[in-house]
Amino acid sequence: MAFRLIFALAIKEFLALLRDKRSRFVIIVPPIVQLLIFSFAATYDINNVPVAIYNEDGGEAARELVSRIEGSPNFQVIAYIDRDSDVAPLIDNREVLLVLHIGQRFSASLIQGTSAPLQAILDGRNSNTAMIAMNYLRSIVLDYNRSWLAAQGKGGSQVSLQTRAWYNENLQSRWFIVPGIVALLTLVVTLLVTALSVAREREEGTFDQLLVTPLRPLEILIGKAIPGIVIGLLEATLIIVLMVILFDIPLRGSIGALYLGIVLFLLSAVGVGLMISAIAATQQQAVLGAFLFLVPAVILSGFSTPIANMPQLVQWLTYLNPLRYFLIIVRGVALEGNSYALLVHQYWPMVVIASITLALAGWLFRRRMF
Amino acid sequence: MSSLITMRLWGMMRKESLQILRDPSSIAIAFVMPVVLLFLFGYGVSLDAKHIPIGIVIEQPDTATQSLAGAFERSEFFRPLHFDAIQSAQQALDERKIEGIVWLRNNFSASLLAGHEAPIGVIINGVDSNQANITQGYIQGTWLAWLEHYAASRGQPLAMPVNLQQRVWFNAALSSQLFLVPGLIAIIMTLIGSLLTAMVVAREWERGTMEALMVTPLRKSELLVGKLAPYFVLGMGGMLFSVALAVWQFGVPLRGSFWLLLVSSALFMLVALAIGLLISIVSKNQFMAGQLAIIVTFLPAFILSGFLFDINSMPGWTQVITYLVPARYFVAIVQTLFLAGDVWPVLLTNMAALFIMLLFFFSLVWRKFRKRLD
Repeated sequence: MAFRLIFALAIKEFLALLRDKRSRFVIIVPPIVQLLIFSFAATYDINNVPVAIYNEDGGEAARELVSRIEGSPNFQVIAYIDRDSDVAPLIDNREVLLVLHIGQRFSASLIQGTSAPLQAILDGRNSNTAMIAMNYLRSIVLDYNRSWLAAQGKGGSQVSLQTRAWYNENLQSRWFIVPGIVALLTLVVTLLVTALSVAREREEGTFDQLLVTPLRPLEILIGKAIPGIVIGLLEATLIIVLMVILFDIPLRGSIGALYLGIVLFLLSAVGVGLMISAIAATQQQAVLGAFLFLVPAVILSGFSTPIANMPQLVQWLTYLNPLRYFLIIVRGVALEGNSYALLVHQYWPMVVIASITLALAGWLFRRRMF
Repeated sequence: MSSLITMRLWGMMRKESLQILRDPSSIAIAFVMPVVLLFLFGYGVSLDAKHIPIGIVIEQPDTATQSLAGAFERSEFFRPLHFDAIQSAQQALDERKIEGIVWLRNNFSASLLAGHEAPIGVIINGVDSNQANITQGYIQGTWLAWLEHYAASRGQPLAMPVNLQQRVWFNAALSSQLFLVPGLIAIIMTLIGSLLTAMVVAREWERGTMEALMVTPLRKSELLVGKLAPYFVLGMGGMLFSVALAVWQFGVPLRGSFWLLLVSSALFMLVALAIGLLISIVSKNQFMAGQLAIIVTFLPAFILSGFLFDINSMPGWTQVITYLVPARYFVAIVQTLFLAGDVWPVLLTNMAALFIMLLFFFSLVWRKFRKRLD
């Protein structure tokens, strides 16, 4: 194999990539925009849930409960109502997400020692927000119960849950989303760079010139793959650095294990990108092809919603997706402090995927040539 | 004179429609893409966790611990695995085989009987914070139900004096599908309206066929109407198709008025078309148009519209940005129309906002679109 020639081709690819305004745009602008938008806006954390209090009970016990809601950072009481008919407009108009209804006999029941009902009415239009707001409310009520019992001299609740979260101790969704963006952007950039490379030469007619050089098809393929891998590595490194410095996300595991994952992932992505490039006749088709691969790959990867929640059939489909494995590696190394041993089952499927896609790309490449 | 204008306009619209019909990729984007996206999102994106694998560590089995473990086994939310020691459960958590651990120490039942504190240790994998919150809520719910039952069966005083009851309106089962699918219609319409129009019109600039149109006697207004009308029809077709899929395939109830949905969709479609046209005028080539359309319309519609992420919980400056995203208003409209019904205050304010955006973008298009070559 002519390494000198491959090297020369790779250099030429880099120059072509960096000189072309469109390619520069693709490498630089979308990643930055996406990193910022996703990192700041994509959050499942819920705070300042707008709440209305409907307190029909004038007793001390009810006031104590209301003040606990008012003091919670998760809730923001924006209305106090005193009629049943006020509930529906507040929820219908999305002014509040939750109405807490304290019945007339609340304090009296508590003092008598019978069950004191407390009703929460939630807007279920956003099911996730509703569920989490309900969880917050339940924790407040649980605390309230415990201190009520303690105050009554009943020695506190006998059983309690002591919950700890591992790896993401404060349960911040940014810790989950930002490492995912490392994987996402690495995929997007690598895929576009490689998918456009052959298509651009075909469109501009320079591909024929490349064919009459002494380079063999396999060598052309390798020369085309190198820029994608190098740019992917640089982009991944940059985002990992930003992740640690800008977003204060730890990197607890082995860096070597992370980079082994990055290289395997890049090989799979380059394989897919070159396949698209070999099939596409124009840059337009290449971009469309990349988009057609990217959208399902991102959705079926566990990037924003868990794979375990998908139907079984769809879950099987995700095994074909290199992003699935790489996401586990990035999060595993960053948050869970993983090293090589715990990630073996993520490495080998990517080796298989990379071998198949690269081989297919080589085959397609040779077929499209004649 | 007026018949001449109608004739010219009619001819232009006929030409545009023929162009769409002959180019299978436009039809594909309008009808195949909604199907693919709706199925991908409808089935692939779910926030409803069921059968979560958790580890239950019982250091000393007896009736109390068995009944608590039984509560977890009967719950549809969990798939419990039993461990004898906390170490092996923690290892399983490290290996991602389980999502959480419920740990009953060996003095659990003794303390419970003696009336001392009997703490239950819960460890959750917090990497996916949202799922962790949900899992934690389910564990708490299961435990509370068990506690109530346990206290009652032993004739003890009520463990929980205040009894919290929840009533969820509009989506009683809290199914994330009912919440996501209506919003998805907004995403699909953004893609059809902005991406498709931006790319196709940019192609005309690139190929020079736009110049050919400019030398015809068509006026600017006729040119614009003629260009947009066929895409409007195509987009509304895609919208109706998505609504049909949402109702019949995914079982999302349409509680509001269909006609209101149609009117507000038409309004949103026009805004999306205007943005698409503006992008094509600014970029004038397909590649830039496609990239710009994704960055300016698709990504904000996905992330900043309230379709998936709650707007109230975003940082303040991000919330301000969301007011510039047309999809924000339309997502609020469709979520309300589908799940809640005809809630006029929500519908009117959001439709008014869309109307203002429509005027704004069309006046921009009017100013930027010149019937001459630069």
